[in-house]
Amino acid sequence: MNKSTDIMTENTMLEVRNIKRDYELPGGLFKPKKIIHAVKGVSFKLERGKTLAIVGESGCGKSTLARMLTFIDEPTGGDLLIDGNKMDTRPGHLTAEMRQKVQIVFQNPYGSLNPRQKIGDVLGEPLAINTSMTAEERRHRANEMLIKVGLGPEHYNRYPHMFSGGQRQRIAIARALMMNPKLLVLDEPVSALDLSVQAQVLNLLADLQDEFGLTYVFISHDLSVVRYIADEVMVMYFGEAVEYGTRDEVFSDPKHEYTRTLFKATPKADVESIRARVAKKKAAAAA
Amino acid sequence: MALLQIENLTVQFETATGWFKAVDGVSMSVEKGEVLAIVGESGSGKSVAMLAVMGLLPWTAKITADKLLFEGRDMQGISAAERRKLIGKDIAMIFQEPVASLNPCFTVGFQIEEVLRVHLGLDKKARRARAIELFNQVGLPNPEERMHSFPHQMSGGQCQRVMIAIAIACNPKLLIADEPTTALDVTIQKQILDLIMSLQMKTGMGLIMITHDMGVVAETADRVVVQYKGRKMEEADVLSLFENPKSNYTKALLAALPENATGDRLTTVSAFFDGNPEPAPEARA
Repeated sequence: MNKSTDIMTENTMLEVRNIKRDYELPGGLFKPKKIIHAVKGVSFKLERGKTLAIVGESGCGKSTLARMLTFIDEPTGGDLLIDGNKMDTRPGHLTAEMRQKVQIVFQNPYGSLNPRQKIGDVLGEPLAINTSMTAEERRHRANEMLIKVGLGPEHYNRYPHMFSGGQRQRIAIARALMMNPKLLVLDEPVSALDLSVQAQVLNLLADLQDEFGLTYVFISHDLSVVRYIADEVMVMYFGEAVEYGTRDEVFSDPKHEYTRTLFKATPKADVESIRARVAKKKAAAAA
Repeated sequence: MALLQIENLTVQFETATGWFKAVDGVSMSVEKGEVLAIVGESGSGKSVAMLAVMGLLPWTAKITADKLLFEGRDMQGISAAERRKLIGKDIAMIFQEPVASLNPCFTVGFQIEEVLRVHLGLDKKARRARAIELFNQVGLPNPEERMHSFPHQMSGGQCQRVMIAIAIACNPKLLIADEPTTALDVTIQKQILDLIMSLQMKTGMGLIMITHDMGVVAETADRVVVQYKGRKMEEADVLSLFENPKSNYTKALLAALPENATGDRLTTVSAFFDGNPEPAPEARA
Protein backbone atom coordinates (compact mmCIF):
# COMPACT_ATOMS: atom_id res chain seq x y z
CA MET A 1 0.00 0.00 0.00
CA ASN A 2 2.83 2.36 0.88
CA LYS A 3 5.11 1.62 -2.01
CA SER A 4 2.50 1.99 -4.70
CA THR A 5 3.92 2.45 -8.15
CA ASP A 6 2.00 3.09 -11.29
CA ILE A 7 3.83 0.47 -13.29
CA MET A 8 2.40 -2.97 -12.81
CA THR A 9 5.11 -5.44 -12.19
CA GLU A 10 5.07 -8.68 -14.12
CA ASN A 11 4.09 -10.59 -11.03
CA THR A 12 1.07 -8.62 -9.89
CA MET A 13 -2.19 -10.48 -10.40
CA LEU A 14 -4.61 -8.08 -8.84
CA GLU A 15 -4.37 -4.42 -8.04
CA VAL A 16 -7.08 -2.39 -6.43
CA ARG A 17 -6.75 1.40 -6.24
CA ASN A 18 -8.92 3.38 -3.87
CA ILE A 19 -12.00 1.31 -4.64
CA LYS A 20 -15.32 2.55 -3.26
CA ARG A 21 -18.86 1.36 -3.09
CA ASP A 22 -21.78 3.46 -1.92
CA TYR A 23 -25.32 2.20 -1.59
CA GLU A 24 -28.17 4.62 -1.82
CA LEU A 25 -31.16 4.09 0.42
CA PRO A 26 -34.20 5.72 -1.16
CA GLY A 27 -35.90 8.34 0.93
CA GLY A 28 -39.61 8.62 1.58
CA LEU A 29 -41.96 11.56 1.66
CA PHE A 30 -40.46 12.94 4.86
CA LYS A 31 -37.28 10.88 4.93
CA PRO A 32 -34.22 12.20 3.13
CA LYS A 33 -32.12 9.91 0.95
CA LYS A 34 -29.34 8.17 2.77
CA ILE A 35 -26.02 7.00 1.41
CA ILE A 36 -24.22 4.05 2.96
CA HIS A 37 -20.49 3.94 2.33
CA ALA A 38 -19.94 0.18 2.38
CA VAL A 39 -16.35 0.31 1.15
CA LYS A 40 -14.55 3.62 1.61
CA GLY A 41 -11.51 3.57 -0.62
CA VAL A 42 -9.50 0.37 -0.29
CA SER A 43 -6.20 -0.22 -2.10
CA PHE A 44 -4.01 -3.29 -2.28
CA LYS A 45 -1.80 -5.32 -4.59
CA LEU A 46 -1.61 -9.06 -4.78
CA GLU A 47 1.10 -11.15 -6.39
CA ARG A 48 0.48 -14.18 -8.55
CA GLY A 49 0.07 -17.41 -6.60
CA LYS A 50 -0.31 -15.67 -3.24
CA THR A 51 -3.17 -15.54 -0.79
CA LEU A 52 -4.62 -12.35 0.63
CA ALA A 53 -6.88 -12.81 3.62
CA ILE A 54 -9.48 -10.17 4.38
CA VAL A 55 -10.67 -10.18 7.98
CA GLY A 56 -13.41 -8.20 9.65
CA GLU A 57 -16.69 -8.41 11.48
CA SER A 58 -20.07 -8.63 9.79
CA GLY A 59 -21.01 -5.40 8.08
CA CYS A 60 -17.43 -4.19 7.60
CA GLY A 61 -17.64 -4.39 3.81
CA LYS A 62 -15.56 -7.47 3.16
CA SER A 63 -18.23 -9.23 1.15
CA THR A 64 -19.01 -6.05 -0.79
CA LEU A 65 -15.34 -5.94 -1.74
CA ALA A 66 -15.55 -9.57 -2.88
CA ARG A 67 -18.59 -8.75 -5.00
CA MET A 68 -16.71 -5.92 -6.68
CA LEU A 69 -13.67 -8.09 -7.38
CA THR A 70 -15.91 -10.62 -9.11
CA PHE A 71 -17.90 -7.96 -11.06
CA ILE A 72 -21.16 -8.82 -9.33
CA ASP A 73 -21.31 -5.26 -8.04
CA GLU A 74 -20.09 -2.20 -9.84
CA PRO A 75 -17.69 0.00 -7.83
CA THR A 76 -18.76 3.63 -7.43
CA GLY A 77 -15.15 4.79 -7.53
CA GLY A 78 -11.58 3.61 -7.95
CA ASP A 79 -9.78 1.25 -10.28
CA LEU A 80 -9.61 -2.49 -10.54
CA LEU A 81 -6.66 -4.01 -12.43
CA ILE A 82 -6.54 -7.70 -13.08
CA ASP A 83 -3.54 -9.34 -14.71
CA GLY A 84 -2.25 -5.91 -15.75
CA ASN A 85 -5.44 -4.79 -17.47
CA LYS A 86 -7.74 -2.13 -16.18
CA MET A 87 -11.21 -3.55 -15.90
CA ASP A 88 -14.07 -1.59 -17.35
CA THR A 89 -16.68 -2.49 -14.80
CA ARG A 90 -19.57 -0.54 -16.31
CA PRO A 91 -22.48 -2.84 -17.11
CA GLY A 92 -22.24 -4.11 -20.67
CA HIS A 93 -18.56 -3.37 -21.01
CA LEU A 94 -17.28 -6.56 -19.46
CA THR A 95 -16.14 -9.21 -21.87
CA ALA A 96 -16.51 -12.92 -21.26
CA GLU A 97 -12.75 -13.16 -21.27
CA MET A 98 -12.47 -10.82 -18.28
CA ARG A 99 -15.13 -12.67 -16.37
CA GLN A 100 -13.34 -15.98 -16.88
CA LYS A 101 -10.28 -14.79 -15.02
CA VAL A 102 -12.10 -14.32 -11.75
CA GLN A 103 -14.36 -16.81 -10.03
CA ILE A 104 -16.00 -16.93 -6.63
CA VAL A 105 -16.85 -19.57 -4.01
CA PHE A 106 -19.57 -18.60 -1.58
CA GLN A 107 -19.97 -19.26 2.10
CA ASN A 108 -23.04 -21.43 2.16
CA PRO A 109 -22.66 -24.57 0.05
CA TYR A 110 -26.33 -25.36 0.65
CA GLY A 111 -27.53 -22.16 -0.95
CA SER A 112 -25.06 -21.80 -3.79
CA LEU A 113 -25.97 -24.95 -5.75
CA ASN A 114 -29.22 -25.31 -7.69
CA PRO A 115 -31.10 -28.21 -6.07
CA ARG A 116 -32.63 -29.24 -9.40
CA GLN A 117 -29.37 -29.41 -11.30
CA LYS A 118 -27.21 -32.51 -11.41
CA ILE A 119 -23.58 -32.05 -10.44
CA GLY A 120 -22.44 -32.82 -13.97
CA ASP A 121 -24.64 -30.02 -15.31
CA VAL A 122 -23.44 -27.65 -12.58
CA LEU A 123 -19.87 -28.17 -13.75
CA GLY A 124 -20.69 -28.29 -17.47
CA GLU A 125 -22.78 -25.12 -17.56
CA PRO A 126 -19.92 -22.57 -17.61
CA LEU A 127 -18.32 -24.52 -20.47
CA ALA A 128 -21.58 -24.71 -22.41
CA ILE A 129 -22.07 -20.95 -22.12
CA ASN A 130 -18.52 -19.75 -22.70
CA THR A 131 -16.93 -22.32 -25.02
CA SER A 132 -17.86 -24.32 -28.08
CA MET A 133 -16.98 -27.66 -26.52
CA THR A 134 -19.11 -30.64 -27.42
CA ALA A 135 -21.16 -32.37 -24.74
CA GLU A 136 -18.65 -35.22 -24.74
CA GLU A 137 -15.72 -32.89 -24.06
CA ARG A 138 -17.63 -31.08 -21.34
CA ARG A 139 -18.41 -34.33 -19.65
CA HIS A 140 -14.78 -35.33 -19.81
CA ARG A 141 -13.61 -32.01 -18.31
CA ALA A 142 -16.22 -32.19 -15.54
CA ASN A 143 -15.14 -35.69 -14.58
CA GLU A 144 -11.49 -34.61 -14.52
CA MET A 145 -12.35 -31.73 -12.24
CA LEU A 146 -14.39 -33.95 -9.91
CA ILE A 147 -11.32 -36.13 -9.41
CA LYS A 148 -9.15 -33.04 -8.82
CA VAL A 149 -11.33 -31.88 -5.94
CA GLY A 150 -11.44 -35.31 -4.33
CA LEU A 151 -14.75 -36.58 -5.66
CA GLY A 152 -15.25 -39.13 -8.44
CA PRO A 153 -16.98 -39.71 -11.79
CA GLU A 154 -19.69 -41.65 -9.95
CA HIS A 155 -20.90 -38.31 -8.54
CA TYR A 156 -21.56 -36.87 -12.00
CA ASN A 157 -25.25 -37.74 -12.11
CA ARG A 158 -26.14 -36.94 -8.52
CA TYR A 159 -28.09 -34.00 -7.13
CA PRO A 160 -26.75 -31.53 -4.53
CA HIS A 161 -28.96 -32.86 -1.71
CA MET A 162 -27.11 -36.17 -1.89
CA PHE A 163 -23.89 -34.56 -0.68
CA SER A 164 -22.61 -33.43 2.70
CA GLY A 165 -21.60 -29.82 3.38
CA GLY A 166 -17.91 -30.49 2.77
CA GLN A 167 -18.59 -32.32 -0.49
CA ARG A 168 -20.82 -29.49 -1.67
CA GLN A 169 -18.09 -27.00 -0.98
CA ARG A 170 -15.76 -29.17 -3.09
CA ILE A 171 -18.34 -29.04 -5.90
CA ALA A 172 -18.56 -25.25 -5.58
CA ILE A 173 -14.78 -25.06 -5.83
CA ALA A 174 -14.80 -27.40 -8.84
CA ARG A 175 -17.39 -25.22 -10.56
CA ALA A 176 -15.30 -22.11 -9.94
CA LEU A 177 -12.26 -23.81 -11.48
CA MET A 178 -13.98 -25.04 -14.66
CA MET A 179 -13.05 -21.93 -16.66
CA ASN A 180 -9.39 -22.03 -15.53
CA PRO A 181 -9.57 -18.77 -13.62
CA LYS A 182 -6.43 -17.06 -12.38
CA LEU A 183 -7.98 -15.40 -9.39
CA LEU A 184 -10.31 -17.13 -6.98
CA VAL A 185 -12.32 -15.14 -4.45
CA LEU A 186 -13.31 -17.32 -1.49
CA ASP A 187 -16.02 -15.74 0.64
CA GLU A 188 -15.91 -17.55 4.01
CA PRO A 189 -15.51 -20.92 2.28
CA VAL A 190 -15.03 -22.98 5.46
CA SER A 191 -17.07 -21.20 8.11
CA ALA A 192 -20.13 -23.39 7.59
CA LEU A 193 -18.09 -26.58 7.89
CA ASP A 194 -17.11 -28.84 10.78
CA LEU A 195 -13.56 -28.73 12.06
CA SER A 196 -12.45 -32.00 10.46
CA VAL A 197 -14.05 -31.11 7.13
CA GLN A 198 -12.61 -27.62 7.33
CA ALA A 199 -9.10 -29.09 7.48
CA GLN A 200 -9.77 -31.20 4.37
CA VAL A 201 -11.12 -28.27 2.37
CA LEU A 202 -8.23 -26.01 3.40
CA ASN A 203 -5.78 -28.71 2.31
CA LEU A 204 -7.62 -29.05 -0.99
CA LEU A 205 -7.36 -25.30 -1.56
CA ALA A 206 -3.62 -25.43 -0.85
CA ASP A 207 -3.18 -28.36 -3.27
CA LEU A 208 -5.11 -26.59 -6.02
CA GLN A 209 -3.14 -23.40 -5.50
CA ASP A 210 0.11 -25.30 -6.01
CA GLU A 211 -1.18 -27.16 -9.04
CA PHE A 212 -2.81 -24.30 -10.97
CA GLY A 213 -0.80 -21.38 -9.59
CA LEU A 214 -4.02 -19.76 -8.38
CA THR A 215 -4.21 -16.44 -6.59
CA TYR A 216 -6.64 -16.38 -3.70
CA VAL A 217 -8.55 -13.61 -2.01
CA PHE A 218 -9.71 -15.37 1.12
CA ILE A 219 -12.42 -13.71 3.19
CA SER A 220 -12.78 -14.98 6.71
CA HIS A 221 -13.57 -13.96 10.24
CA ASP A 222 -11.61 -16.86 11.77
CA LEU A 223 -8.12 -15.69 12.66
CA SER A 224 -6.69 -19.16 13.19
CA VAL A 225 -7.65 -20.10 9.63
CA VAL A 226 -6.23 -16.83 8.32
CA ARG A 227 -2.95 -17.35 10.12
CA TYR A 228 -2.66 -20.77 8.53
CA ILE A 229 -3.56 -19.92 4.94
CA ALA A 230 -2.62 -16.28 4.27
CA ASP A 231 0.50 -14.67 2.84
CA GLU A 232 -0.90 -11.20 3.32
CA VAL A 233 -3.60 -10.00 5.66
CA MET A 234 -5.93 -7.05 5.46
CA VAL A 235 -8.18 -6.10 8.36
CA MET A 236 -11.32 -4.15 7.50
CA TYR A 237 -13.36 -2.08 9.89
CA PHE A 238 -16.39 0.00 8.90
CA GLY A 239 -15.49 -0.05 5.21
CA GLU A 240 -11.86 0.88 5.63
CA ALA A 241 -8.68 -1.17 5.54
CA VAL A 242 -7.25 -0.42 8.96
CA GLU A 243 -4.40 -2.88 8.75
CA TYR A 244 -2.56 -4.31 5.77
CA GLY A 245 0.68 -6.23 5.63
CA THR A 246 2.29 -9.62 5.42
CA ARG A 247 0.94 -12.26 7.75
CA ASP A 248 3.92 -12.11 10.09
CA GLU A 249 3.82 -8.32 10.28
CA VAL A 250 0.15 -8.23 11.14
CA PHE A 251 0.17 -11.10 13.60
CA SER A 252 3.36 -10.20 15.44
CA ASP A 253 2.89 -6.44 15.54
CA PRO A 254 -0.69 -5.28 14.99
CA LYS A 255 -0.79 -1.51 14.54
CA HIS A 256 -4.45 -0.65 14.76
CA GLU A 257 -6.51 -0.75 17.94
CA TYR A 258 -9.23 -2.84 16.30
CA THR A 259 -6.77 -5.52 15.16
CA ARG A 260 -5.52 -5.83 18.72
CA THR A 261 -9.08 -6.15 20.03
CA LEU A 262 -9.69 -8.84 17.44
CA PHE A 263 -6.62 -10.82 18.49
CA LYS A 264 -7.51 -10.52 22.15
CA ALA A 265 -11.05 -11.77 21.48
CA THR A 266 -9.94 -14.92 19.65
CA PRO A 267 -10.23 -17.94 21.94
CA LYS A 268 -6.90 -19.51 22.77
CA ALA A 269 -6.78 -23.29 22.73
CA ASP A 270 -3.19 -23.85 23.83
CA VAL A 271 -2.38 -25.70 27.02
CA GLU A 272 -0.64 -22.73 28.66
CA SER A 273 -3.65 -20.41 28.43
CA ILE A 274 -5.96 -23.15 29.72
CA ARG A 275 -3.67 -23.76 32.67
CA ALA A 276 -3.63 -20.04 33.43
CA ARG A 277 -7.42 -19.83 33.24
CA VAL A 278 -7.97 -22.87 35.46
CA ALA A 279 -5.52 -21.50 38.04
CA LYS A 280 -7.23 -18.11 37.99
CA LYS A 281 -10.62 -19.69 38.51
CA LYS A 282 -9.34 -21.77 41.43
CA ALA A 283 -7.89 -18.66 43.05
CA ALA A 284 -11.17 -16.80 42.59
CA ALA A 285 -13.14 -19.69 44.07
CA ALA A 286 -10.83 -19.90 47.09
CA ALA A 287 -11.03 -16.18 47.79
CA MET B 1 -25.71 -35.42 44.71
CA ALA B 2 -25.15 -34.32 41.17
CA LEU B 3 -27.27 -31.51 39.79
CA LEU B 4 -28.00 -33.39 36.60
CA GLN B 5 -27.29 -37.06 36.19
CA ILE B 6 -27.73 -38.91 32.93
CA GLU B 7 -27.05 -42.58 32.59
CA ASN B 8 -27.19 -44.57 29.38
CA LEU B 9 -29.35 -42.09 27.48
CA THR B 10 -30.48 -43.20 24.05
CA VAL B 11 -32.56 -41.14 21.65
CA GLN B 12 -33.90 -42.74 18.48
CA PHE B 13 -35.78 -41.42 15.48
CA GLU B 14 -37.69 -43.60 13.04
CA THR B 15 -36.52 -43.28 9.46
CA ALA B 16 -37.47 -45.04 6.24
CA THR B 17 -34.66 -47.52 6.87
CA GLY B 18 -35.42 -48.21 10.52
CA TRP B 19 -34.58 -46.60 13.85
CA PHE B 20 -31.70 -44.15 13.82
CA LYS B 21 -29.83 -43.67 17.06
CA ALA B 22 -29.04 -39.95 17.39
CA VAL B 23 -27.74 -40.46 20.92
CA ASP B 24 -26.38 -43.86 21.77
CA GLY B 25 -25.88 -44.79 25.41
CA VAL B 26 -24.44 -41.54 26.71
CA SER B 27 -23.80 -40.96 30.40
CA MET B 28 -22.72 -37.72 32.05
CA SER B 29 -23.31 -35.64 35.11
CA VAL B 30 -23.00 -32.00 36.11
CA GLU B 31 -22.31 -30.81 39.62
CA LYS B 32 -23.48 -27.56 41.14
CA GLY B 33 -21.21 -24.70 40.10
CA GLU B 34 -19.51 -26.75 37.42
CA VAL B 35 -19.01 -25.93 33.75
CA LEU B 36 -19.34 -28.96 31.51
CA ALA B 37 -18.61 -28.59 27.82
CA ILE B 38 -20.06 -31.03 25.31
CA VAL B 39 -18.06 -30.83 22.13
CA GLY B 40 -18.69 -32.58 18.84
CA GLU B 41 -19.28 -32.02 15.16
CA SER B 42 -22.70 -31.67 13.59
CA GLY B 43 -24.66 -34.88 13.91
CA SER B 44 -22.81 -36.00 17.03
CA GLY B 45 -26.01 -35.81 19.08
CA LYS B 46 -24.79 -33.12 21.47
CA SER B 47 -27.88 -30.91 21.12
CA VAL B 48 -30.34 -33.80 20.91
CA ALA B 49 -29.13 -35.19 24.24
CA MET B 50 -29.84 -31.89 25.99
CA LEU B 51 -33.16 -31.38 24.21
CA ALA B 52 -34.15 -34.82 25.51
CA VAL B 53 -33.35 -33.67 29.05
CA MET B 54 -35.45 -30.55 28.55
CA GLY B 55 -38.29 -32.55 26.97
CA LEU B 56 -38.18 -30.42 23.86
CA LEU B 57 -37.95 -33.21 21.31
CA PRO B 58 -40.96 -34.02 19.12
CA TRP B 59 -43.13 -36.98 20.16
CA THR B 60 -41.67 -39.07 17.33
CA ALA B 61 -38.40 -39.36 19.22
CA LYS B 62 -37.97 -42.48 21.36
CA ILE B 63 -36.07 -41.59 24.53
CA THR B 64 -34.77 -44.22 26.91
CA ALA B 65 -32.42 -43.81 29.84
CA ASP B 66 -31.45 -45.78 32.93
CA LYS B 67 -31.31 -42.55 34.86
CA LEU B 68 -32.35 -39.01 34.00
CA LEU B 69 -32.23 -37.14 37.27
CA PHE B 70 -32.35 -33.44 37.98
CA GLU B 71 -31.56 -32.80 41.65
CA GLY B 72 -32.39 -36.43 42.31
CA ARG B 73 -35.78 -36.07 40.68
CA ASP B 74 -36.70 -38.34 37.80
CA MET B 75 -37.28 -36.31 34.64
CA GLN B 76 -38.71 -39.20 32.63
CA GLY B 77 -41.90 -39.87 34.53
CA ILE B 78 -42.95 -36.30 35.23
CA SER B 79 -46.07 -34.80 33.72
CA ALA B 80 -46.02 -32.04 31.15
CA ALA B 81 -47.40 -29.56 33.68
CA GLU B 82 -44.66 -30.35 36.19
CA ARG B 83 -42.05 -30.14 33.48
CA ARG B 84 -43.28 -26.71 32.45
CA LYS B 85 -42.80 -25.53 36.02
CA LEU B 86 -39.21 -26.73 35.98
CA ILE B 87 -38.15 -25.66 32.50
CA GLY B 88 -37.43 -21.96 32.27
CA LYS B 89 -37.17 -21.74 36.05
CA ASP B 90 -34.68 -24.26 37.41
CA ILE B 91 -33.33 -25.36 34.04
CA ALA B 92 -32.92 -22.69 31.38
CA MET B 93 -31.55 -22.87 27.88
CA ILE B 94 -29.90 -20.44 25.47
CA PHE B 95 -30.01 -21.29 21.79
CA GLN B 96 -27.75 -20.72 18.82
CA GLU B 97 -29.79 -18.25 16.80
CA PRO B 98 -30.64 -15.39 19.15
CA VAL B 99 -32.79 -13.49 16.66
CA ALA B 100 -34.77 -16.60 15.73
CA SER B 101 -35.37 -17.74 19.30
CA LEU B 102 -37.13 -14.54 20.30
CA ASN B 103 -40.72 -13.97 19.23
CA PRO B 104 -40.73 -11.30 16.51
CA CYS B 105 -44.29 -10.18 17.36
CA PHE B 106 -43.63 -9.01 20.92
CA THR B 107 -41.25 -6.53 22.49
CA VAL B 108 -38.31 -8.00 24.36
CA GLY B 109 -39.66 -6.38 27.52
CA PHE B 110 -42.91 -8.32 27.18
CA GLN B 111 -41.01 -11.56 26.63
CA ILE B 112 -38.85 -11.24 29.72
CA GLU B 113 -41.80 -10.12 31.86
CA GLU B 114 -43.74 -13.16 30.69
CA VAL B 115 -41.15 -15.44 32.30
CA LEU B 116 -41.29 -13.47 35.54
CA ARG B 117 -45.10 -13.58 35.56
CA VAL B 118 -45.46 -17.29 34.82
CA HIS B 119 -42.70 -18.62 37.03
CA LEU B 120 -42.44 -16.11 39.87
CA GLY B 121 -45.91 -14.55 39.84
CA LEU B 122 -44.54 -11.02 40.31
CA ASP B 123 -46.91 -8.07 39.93
CA LYS B 124 -46.59 -5.58 37.11
CA LYS B 125 -44.38 -3.09 38.90
CA ALA B 126 -42.01 -5.69 40.33
CA ARG B 127 -41.77 -7.39 36.95
CA ARG B 128 -40.72 -4.19 35.25
CA ALA B 129 -38.18 -3.36 37.91
CA ARG B 130 -36.71 -6.87 37.79
CA ALA B 131 -36.62 -6.87 33.98
CA ILE B 132 -34.68 -3.61 33.92
CA GLU B 133 -32.35 -4.95 36.58
CA LEU B 134 -31.72 -8.06 34.48
CA PHE B 135 -31.09 -6.04 31.32
CA ASN B 136 -28.60 -4.01 33.31
CA GLN B 137 -26.96 -7.18 34.55
CA VAL B 138 -26.42 -8.54 31.03
CA GLY B 139 -25.01 -5.20 29.89
CA LEU B 140 -27.74 -3.92 27.59
CA PRO B 141 -27.39 -0.16 27.12
CA ASN B 142 -30.47 1.96 28.03
CA PRO B 143 -32.53 -0.88 29.54
CA GLU B 144 -35.65 1.27 30.02
CA GLU B 145 -35.79 2.12 26.33
CA ARG B 146 -34.79 -1.40 25.28
CA MET B 147 -37.86 -2.82 27.03
CA HIS B 148 -39.97 -1.46 24.16
CA SER B 149 -37.75 -2.74 21.35
CA PHE B 150 -38.68 -5.59 19.06
CA PRO B 151 -36.06 -8.27 18.29
CA HIS B 152 -35.55 -7.04 14.72
CA GLN B 153 -34.54 -3.62 16.02
CA MET B 154 -31.55 -5.08 17.86
CA SER B 155 -28.28 -6.63 16.73
CA GLY B 156 -27.50 -10.34 17.11
CA GLY B 157 -25.28 -9.72 20.12
CA GLN B 158 -27.95 -7.65 21.84
CA CYS B 159 -30.60 -10.29 21.15
CA GLN B 160 -28.32 -12.90 22.70
CA ARG B 161 -28.00 -10.67 25.77
CA VAL B 162 -31.81 -10.56 25.98
CA MET B 163 -31.93 -14.36 25.69
CA ILE B 164 -29.41 -14.65 28.52
CA ALA B 165 -31.43 -12.21 30.63
CA ILE B 166 -34.56 -14.33 30.07
CA ALA B 167 -32.64 -17.51 30.87
CA ILE B 168 -31.26 -16.21 34.17
CA ALA B 169 -34.47 -14.35 35.13
CA CYS B 170 -35.50 -17.00 37.66
CA ASN B 171 -31.99 -17.78 38.94
CA PRO B 172 -31.83 -21.22 37.35
CA LYS B 173 -29.81 -23.99 38.94
CA LEU B 174 -28.72 -25.30 35.55
CA LEU B 175 -28.11 -23.30 32.39
CA ILE B 176 -27.75 -25.10 29.08
CA ALA B 177 -26.09 -22.97 26.41
CA ASP B 178 -26.41 -24.54 22.97
CA GLU B 179 -23.76 -22.95 20.72
CA PRO B 180 -24.50 -19.52 22.22
CA THR B 181 -21.89 -17.67 20.17
CA THR B 182 -21.72 -19.53 16.86
CA ALA B 183 -23.75 -16.91 14.98
CA LEU B 184 -21.79 -13.98 16.42
CA ASP B 185 -18.62 -12.09 15.50
CA VAL B 186 -15.39 -12.89 17.35
CA THR B 187 -15.38 -9.69 19.38
CA ILE B 188 -19.05 -10.13 20.33
CA GLN B 189 -18.41 -13.82 21.07
CA LYS B 190 -15.79 -12.78 23.61
CA GLN B 191 -18.21 -10.40 25.32
CA ILE B 192 -21.02 -12.96 25.46
CA LEU B 193 -18.74 -15.74 26.77
CA ASP B 194 -17.33 -13.38 29.42
CA LEU B 195 -20.88 -12.46 30.43
CA ILE B 196 -22.04 -16.08 30.71
CA MET B 197 -18.93 -17.06 32.68
CA SER B 198 -19.19 -14.15 35.11
CA LEU B 199 -22.89 -14.90 35.72
CA GLN B 200 -22.00 -18.54 36.30
CA MET B 201 -19.29 -17.59 38.81
CA LYS B 202 -21.58 -15.17 40.62
CA THR B 203 -24.63 -17.41 40.90
CA GLY B 204 -22.85 -20.75 41.19
CA MET B 205 -25.23 -22.38 38.75
CA GLY B 206 -24.30 -25.47 36.79
CA LEU B 207 -23.53 -24.72 33.16
CA ILE B 208 -23.56 -27.02 30.16
CA MET B 209 -21.84 -25.47 27.18
CA ILE B 210 -22.62 -27.21 23.90
CA THR B 211 -20.17 -26.24 21.18
CA HIS B 212 -18.18 -27.42 18.19
CA ASP B 213 -15.43 -24.88 18.78
CA MET B 214 -12.35 -26.13 20.62
CA GLY B 215 -11.45 -22.51 21.38
CA VAL B 216 -14.72 -21.98 23.26
CA VAL B 217 -14.10 -25.22 25.18
CA ALA B 218 -10.62 -24.06 26.16
CA GLU B 219 -11.93 -20.69 27.35
CA THR B 220 -14.88 -21.90 29.41
CA ALA B 221 -14.97 -25.54 30.51
CA ASP B 222 -13.99 -27.30 33.73
CA ARG B 223 -14.78 -30.72 32.35
CA VAL B 224 -15.33 -31.84 28.75
CA VAL B 225 -17.35 -34.58 27.08
CA VAL B 226 -16.38 -35.34 23.49
CA GLN B 227 -19.13 -36.86 21.35
CA TYR B 228 -19.07 -38.44 17.94
CA LYS B 229 -21.97 -40.05 16.06
CA GLY B 230 -24.11 -40.14 19.17
CA ARG B 231 -21.50 -41.76 21.36
CA LYS B 232 -19.32 -40.41 24.10
CA MET B 233 -15.71 -40.74 22.96
CA GLU B 234 -13.98 -39.23 25.94
CA GLU B 235 -14.58 -37.42 29.18
CA ALA B 236 -11.82 -35.51 30.96
CA ASP B 237 -11.07 -32.28 32.75
CA VAL B 238 -10.20 -29.52 30.33
CA LEU B 239 -6.47 -29.45 30.99
CA SER B 240 -5.88 -33.18 30.56
CA LEU B 241 -8.06 -33.22 27.45
CA PHE B 242 -5.88 -30.69 25.68
CA GLU B 243 -2.61 -31.89 27.19
CA ASN B 244 -3.06 -35.58 26.92
CA PRO B 245 -6.09 -36.66 24.88
CA LYS B 246 -6.92 -40.33 25.27
CA SER B 247 -9.22 -41.15 22.39
CA ASN B 248 -8.05 -41.10 18.79
CA TYR B 249 -10.98 -38.93 17.83
CA THR B 250 -10.02 -36.18 20.27
CA LYS B 251 -6.43 -36.37 19.06
CA ALA B 252 -7.68 -35.99 15.51
CA LEU B 253 -9.87 -33.00 16.39
CA LEU B 254 -7.03 -31.20 18.11
CA ALA B 255 -4.64 -31.91 15.26
CA ALA B 256 -7.13 -30.47 12.76
CA LEU B 257 -7.05 -27.07 14.47
CA PRO B 258 -5.34 -24.64 12.09
CA GLU B 259 -3.22 -23.23 14.95
CA ASN B 260 -1.75 -26.68 15.52
CA ALA B 261 -0.67 -27.04 11.89
CA THR B 262 2.81 -28.40 11.36
CA GLY B 263 4.24 -28.09 7.88
CA ASP B 264 2.22 -26.70 5.02
CA ARG B 265 -0.78 -29.04 5.22
CA LEU B 266 -3.25 -29.64 8.02
CA THR B 267 -3.63 -33.02 9.62
CA THR B 268 -7.06 -34.36 8.74
CA VAL B 269 -9.15 -36.47 11.03
CA SER B 270 -8.70 -39.59 8.92
CA ALA B 271 -4.99 -39.63 9.78
CA PHE B 272 -5.84 -40.67 13.34
CA PHE B 273 -9.31 -41.96 13.17
CA ASP B 274 -11.04 -44.54 11.00
CA GLY B 275 -14.50 -43.04 11.47
CA ASN B 276 -15.80 -45.74 13.78
CA PRO B 277 -16.87 -44.77 17.27
CA GLU B 278 -14.56 -46.89 19.41
CA PRO B 279 -16.71 -48.76 21.91
CA ALA B 280 -18.39 -51.70 20.15
CA PRO B 281 -19.08 -50.47 16.63
CA GLU B 282 -22.29 -52.41 16.29
CA ALA B 283 -24.24 -52.37 13.04
CA ARG B 284 -26.29 -49.23 12.67
CA ALA B 285 -29.81 -49.55 11.34
